[in-house]
Amino acid sequence: MATILGLDYPTLWFLVVGGLFSGYAILDGFDLGAGALHLFLRKEQSRRLALNAVGPVWDGNEVWLVIGGGALFAGFPPVYATLLSAMYIPFILFLVLIIFRAISIEFRSKEPMRWWRQTWDISYSVSSVGIALLLGVVLGNVLLGFPLESGYRVRGHWLQFLNPYALMVGLSTVALFAMHGAIYLTMKTEGRLFVKIHLLLKRATIFFVVSFGITTLYTLLYIPHLSDQFKQAPVLFVLPLAAFLSIANIPRLVSRKQYGWAFFFSSLTVALLLGLVAVELYPVMLLSTISPEYSLDVYRAAASEKSLGIMLLIAAIGAPLVLAYTAFVFWTFKGKVKLDDTSY
Amino acid sequence: MDVEILSRIQFALTVAFHYIYPPLSIGLGLIMVVMEGRYLWTKEVVYHEMARFWTRIFALTFGIGVATGIVMEFEFGTNWATYSRYVGDVFGSALAAEGIFAFALESGFLGILIFGWNRVSPRIHFIATLGVWLGSMFSAVWIVVANSWQQTPAGFHVVGEGMEARAEITDFWAMVFNPSSVDRLTHVWIGAFLAGAFLVMSVHAWYLLKNRYVALSKRAFGIALWVAVVASLAQLLTGHHSAEGVAVNQPAKLAAMEGHFDSLAAADMYLMGWVNTETETVTGIGIPGGLSFLLYQDFEAPVTGLGAFPKEDRPGAVNAVFQFYHIMVAIGMMLIGLSLLGLYFWFRGRLFDQRWLLRIFVLAVILPQVANQAGWFSAEMGRQPWVVYGLLRTSDALSEAVTANQVWFSLILFSVVYALLLALFLYLLNKKIQAGPHHHEEGDHQSRQEERIGAIS
Ligand code: HDD
Ligand code: HEM
Ligand code: HEM
Repeated sequence: MATILGLDYPTLWFLVVGGLFSGYAILDGFDLGAGALHLFLRKEQSRRLALNAVGPVWDGNEVWLVIGGGALFAGFPPVYATLLSAMYIPFILFLVLIIFRAISIEFRSKEPMRWWRQTWDISYSVSSVGIALLLGVVLGNVLLGFPLESGYRVRGHWLQFLNPYALMVGLSTVALFAMHGAIYLTMKTEGRLFVKIHLLLKRATIFFVVSFGITTLYTLLYIPHLSDQFKQAPVLFVLPLAAFLSIANIPRLVSRKQYGWAFFFSSLTVALLLGLVAVELYPVMLLSTISPEYSLDVYRAAASEKSLGIMLLIAAIGAPLVLAYTAFVFWTFKGKVKLDDTSY
Repeated sequence: MDVEILSRIQFALTVAFHYIYPPLSIGLGLIMVVMEGRYLWTKEVVYHEMARFWTRIFALTFGIGVATGIVMEFEFGTNWATYSRYVGDVFGSALAAEGIFAFALESGFLGILIFGWNRVSPRIHFIATLGVWLGSMFSAVWIVVANSWQQTPAGFHVVGEGMEARAEITDFWAMVFNPSSVDRLTHVWIGAFLAGAFLVMSVHAWYLLKNRYVALSKRAFGIALWVAVVASLAQLLTGHHSAEGVAVNQPAKLAAMEGHFDSLAAADMYLMGWVNTETETVTGIGIPGGLSFLLYQDFEAPVTGLGAFPKEDRPGAVNAVFQFYHIMVAIGMMLIGLSLLGLYFWFRGRLFDQRWLLRIFVLAVILPQVANQAGWFSAEMGRQPWVVYGLLRTSDALSEAVTANQVWFSLILFSVVYALLLALFLYLLNKKIQAGPHHHEEGDHQSRQEERIGAIS
């Protein structure tokens, strides 16, 4: 089997997919979080400023989902197909929320009527929370494993995917994004709006720490298979340790008014938590709770070596380009938001 | 209804709805590049104003295009799981390439295109517009390549059996340049240019009829007219090329397009007609032996007919394929006629006095839209009963885990949401057109803006 730096292609592509979803969670995470906080801002002016803080970048952020989805489809077709069809209803709701969120951002400021703006504000906020929640629910179920039978059938009713554990992961995701989004907004706002955001940031942080604590305890107590990897290789404990340090660092940096660094650490937290998930799962991607024989691991699910080789090449060419113009766009819109005639 | 038919309806609904917007985005993108290019070249403000105006409309089509496109990407997994497992190795790489090369380019620069007018220099702004447009052109490349691979598979071999069977790539470039991809890509691109050009002409013809923004509208109309003339003529060529390809690679589809059953007979070409699948005859007006002549330059040459295929390998809805195909071709001819007529009067310097012609141009915006939809419907329904031609049947491509009730749920949900979306789109489009090029949204000056916000909150 061909390798690069000692890693075989399926493992490398697993890392690529993981990297893309982390990128997605970091980038769309902050604008989903900003959306989740939107209704807490009361004044029209504040809402517009908050919306325009994510205005020029949210669409580019969402593209990471598109690329991540494409990478999963291309690299591990059975995982993509089985996951999406098994969780049919949650994914359909997710897609509908994606539509609503896009059009809420797009349409809200196109009419001056109060009811119009209020409706789209609600739709924006609800869809942002809903998307974060559903992403967490999917993640929670992937961690738990599915009742996957032979022939890619799934036993049971789809409502089983709304189990307490998955909902708890969903809630933690909402909280994490809300905190992450609030930090982003502190960098983009000034004056009284900034003070307001600062207050929201404090609450979101508490919300996150509490829900994350509960989820962690739940995982350790009831889902022992997730800590297997760590028992086998104790070095891996650096990862959870780093995650905890990174989380603890956020309030410290906020109280020192180093918002840029706080944003860096909340991004790092997102990446580390997803890294933790990857380590807990690898090499399995979809765990069957019925029999390990039906589980899909990276080797069973991977596309052919030829195909993976081509795509690694595509990724190697594409990634620097994407990073370059992402950086350029963020740089163009750096600094505090200012409204002008092109704003939402 | 069973999962198969429901999923097909859902796919057709969502993709047809999605496909209202991409052609507009691609076509308007081209025209905006020309407008901004002229502005950089001539420094005349009028080009700047029209570019800004069309950017606002572009933002609308693009936004809905993106939102409905994400649905498409995940629908392969939700509704067509077996298909996704089967083709992922081949098809996934095209989709992944689309994401990384095309969508990232479009969406990255979109922010600058829409919000960057006061932030970056005109030159950088032009580059951003170009980036967005090229991104949308690239995204058409990969998706059409993927779809063409389904129509005319190449560069792969099949491994595994039963549930585990899948196509694996053996030659990337043979997959990309499969027998139909170049013809279909050029055809799709040009169809998009026509959609954009006719929208621009429609709006500016309407302004001219109303005597509004006259100087600006004349210039903008001129730009779009040139695009339309070149594109409508080129579309005939690429369409003809496609038809020749279909004759070789998918004879059953071509036979359905012309309602031709008897393989020993010469094939006619109809202007319009009706296929009776019971008696296997077509009633209509057309050129006897016309298709034979087009393909072999011989009115007598026999053409493979549907009779050569067992019933279960024929497209299910022959008459529908026939009708969609003929609608598209008829519109193609109308677009050529309209563009040339416009050009004729333009050269004589009297185009903008022909109020009747301007009125037709106002309405003609619908024609390319209909042709684009009809083209896809004939291409995709003509491919039936195969989802991957000759390899995987549509009825075998479904998701095992999904029940009919679940698809009903999503189908109803999408129908409602899309109806709302269409209504909002038309409402806002109309509003932007009414407001016109000189209107700057939310006012130009900070003070005026504060006033308004004060009035709202
Ligand atoms: C001819 C071109 C064309 C065709 C045939 C399709 N699309 Fe599309 N799509 C576009 C051209 C396009 C486009 C021009 O690139 C977008 C961006 C804005 C727009 O209006 O359409 C788009 C947006 C778009 C997006 C959002 C990308 C983003 O976030 O920027 C996705 C995921 C898809 N599409 C996926 C699909 C799938 C899975 C299709 C087939 C079933 C499909 N598109 C048909
Ligand atoms: C914008 C581009 C496309 C349009 C407008 C389009 C149009 C359609 C239409 C109208 C149908 C319904 C046909 C019927 O039910 O008889 C259909 C079906 C389908 N198409 Fe496409 N298509 C497009 C691109 C693609 C692509 C890129 C793929 C996949 C690679 C694809 C895969 C399918 C599948 C899986 C079905 C459902 C099964 C079937 O009915 O054939 N389509 N499409
Ligand atoms: C002028 C005469 C035209 C001819 C002879 C023609 C021919 C064809 C043929 C043969 C196909 C099927 C290709 C295949 O299945 O592989 C096709 C598809 C299509 N046509 Fe046309 N066409 C014409 C005009 C137009 C116009 C004016 C538009 C739009 C403005 C258009 C849009 C499409 C689209 C979107 C498809 C589906 C994609 C594809 O299969 O290429 N066509 N056309």
